[in-house]
Amino acid sequence: MAEYSMKTPLRPEDVDRLRAGDAVKLTGDIYTARDAAHKRLVDLIKDGKTLPMPLEGQVIYYVGPSPTPPGKPIGSAGPTTSGRMDPYAPILIERGLRGMIGKGERSAGVVEAMQKHGCVYFAATGGAAALLSKRIVAAEVIAYPELGAESISRLRVENFPVIVAQDRYGGNIYRDGQKQYAR
Amino acid sequence: MANAKRKKVRTGRAKKTAPAKGAAKRRPAKKARKPKRAARSSAEAKRAGAAKTARKAAPRRPAAKPAAVSPALKVIDAKRIADVVAMLSMEANFDLCGDVEKAIERGLGLEESPVGKEIIGQILENAAIARAERMPICQDTGLAIVFVELGQDVHVRGGLEEAINEGVRRGYTEGYLRKSVLGDPLRRVNTKDNTPAVIHARVVPGRTLRLWVVPKGGGSENKSRIAMLKPADGVEGVKKFVLEAVKIASADPCPPIIVGVGVGGSFEQCAMNAKRALLREVGSVHPDPFYADLERELYRKVNDLGIGPQGLGGRITALAVHIEAAPCHIASLPVAVNMNCHAARHKMAEL
Ligand code: SF4
Repeated sequence: MAEYSMKTPLRPEDVDRLRAGDAVKLTGDIYTARDAAHKRLVDLIKDGKTLPMPLEGQVIYYVGPSPTPPGKPIGSAGPTTSGRMDPYAPILIERGLRGMIGKGERSAGVVEAMQKHGCVYFAATGGAAALLSKRIVAAEVIAYPELGAESISRLRVENFPVIVAQDRYGGNIYRDGQKQYAR
Repeated sequence: MANAKRKKVRTGRAKKTAPAKGAAKRRPAKKARKPKRAARSSAEAKRAGAAKTARKAAPRRPAAKPAAVSPALKVIDAKRIADVVAMLSMEANFDLCGDVEKAIERGLGLEESPVGKEIIGQILENAAIARAERMPICQDTGLAIVFVELGQDVHVRGGLEEAINEGVRRGYTEGYLRKSVLGDPLRRVNTKDNTPAVIHARVVPGRTLRLWVVPKGGGSENKSRIAMLKPADGVEGVKKFVLEAVKIASADPCPPIIVGVGVGGSFEQCAMNAKRALLREVGSVHPDPFYADLERELYRKVNDLGIGPQGLGGRITALAVHIEAAPCHIASLPVAVNMNCHAARHKMAEL
């Protein structure tokens, strides 16, 4: 379990260095998107239209925060189950997405795209939403405000704690970690 | 300030007060606990001076009038119920129950995986932050599930159901809690105020109204399962089904989890008992030694799966396995598993 601090956007060599089980603290801008937003992004790509955000080197966080209370940059903001984004993720990875943050294991299709194009899947602690929100210093809705908690926001994070759950080499801590501790 | 406020809220000590059905007969008689509860409540009522919401939650004691032969109805205003439900909705989401937190702390000591330890550490830190800053423990503040025990000598002035929904509406709005309810499952339009609540009410003897607010997130609820086993499958079939459910759920219900198991009853009663089982105090022992043993065995086997915190591998997959059994038909053996994540939220108030 190596530990790294990394800046976003991620460079290809950042992704290459990471192995399943590593702990990473992310600093920089990341984007939020859940299923509804993913569907829209993929539809835009299919229609050849411009996206509301860059993808190259970027990290998407699967989160639908609770409403922002006065005086705070964001409400509680822990990860949601990533599997719901599996049908859409490969297309975004193909367009340069280099990191995803969520919870739960990814499908074979996503893993294949991660290996081919160089992308890493991070797990954030599900249900540690208040703690994670403290590592988000600014948030701005940049697309689909009508989707509420499902809109796309740009988050500025500082030392946002994640664990490499699945790396670009097929390493998978869900599979290997569970095997290691099963008896 | 936040801390001081917190203490005044009555938490759902489910072992003593859960609206459990199945095992009711086997449990010690409720009357025996009455004096103790009265003492605790009046002490809490005294402390409740400052907080408006808490004062409303503090139970009014009928102690002055020892159970008369034909007691007059106790009148409770619907407005008061709405206030209490609003308060409980917020407290449940901000203030992790002590029994759950203790179980997580115990888990930290038992966990061997470095990644698992790191995660459990984050979960504990998260609970402290949520409490101090009055922020939701988890952003998924859930469906608002409300259990109601209505004493048959209570008269609610106004609509009970509307009052509960009004409370949820207000609690979820004032507390900046996420609104996750769709008005229709297929047309999928958000109701924008987290109503309607899922209300489970039953009428019990007495002149007390008890309300539990149980916010339930989608991640864990989605991994719940039910099966109508054959009687021949027996206890082995039940064990197999529970272990399979936990295995399939893997990381998705945010382990460490609490596993609620319903056995027996009818189809819907079995599912309901699985949910009620989640309200029992974590760490409490089942009053029936047969089920206490079965719980211990399942707890060990679930943790031997190695799923670990967040499914990343480790010793602590479950904090507890709770079983609620109910009488059932000669031809049936229903079993249901309702998962709860480590953010196992519930708060109770008595009126
Ligand atoms: S399963 Fe529980 S802890 Fe995990 S995201 Fe859902 S509500 Fe939060």
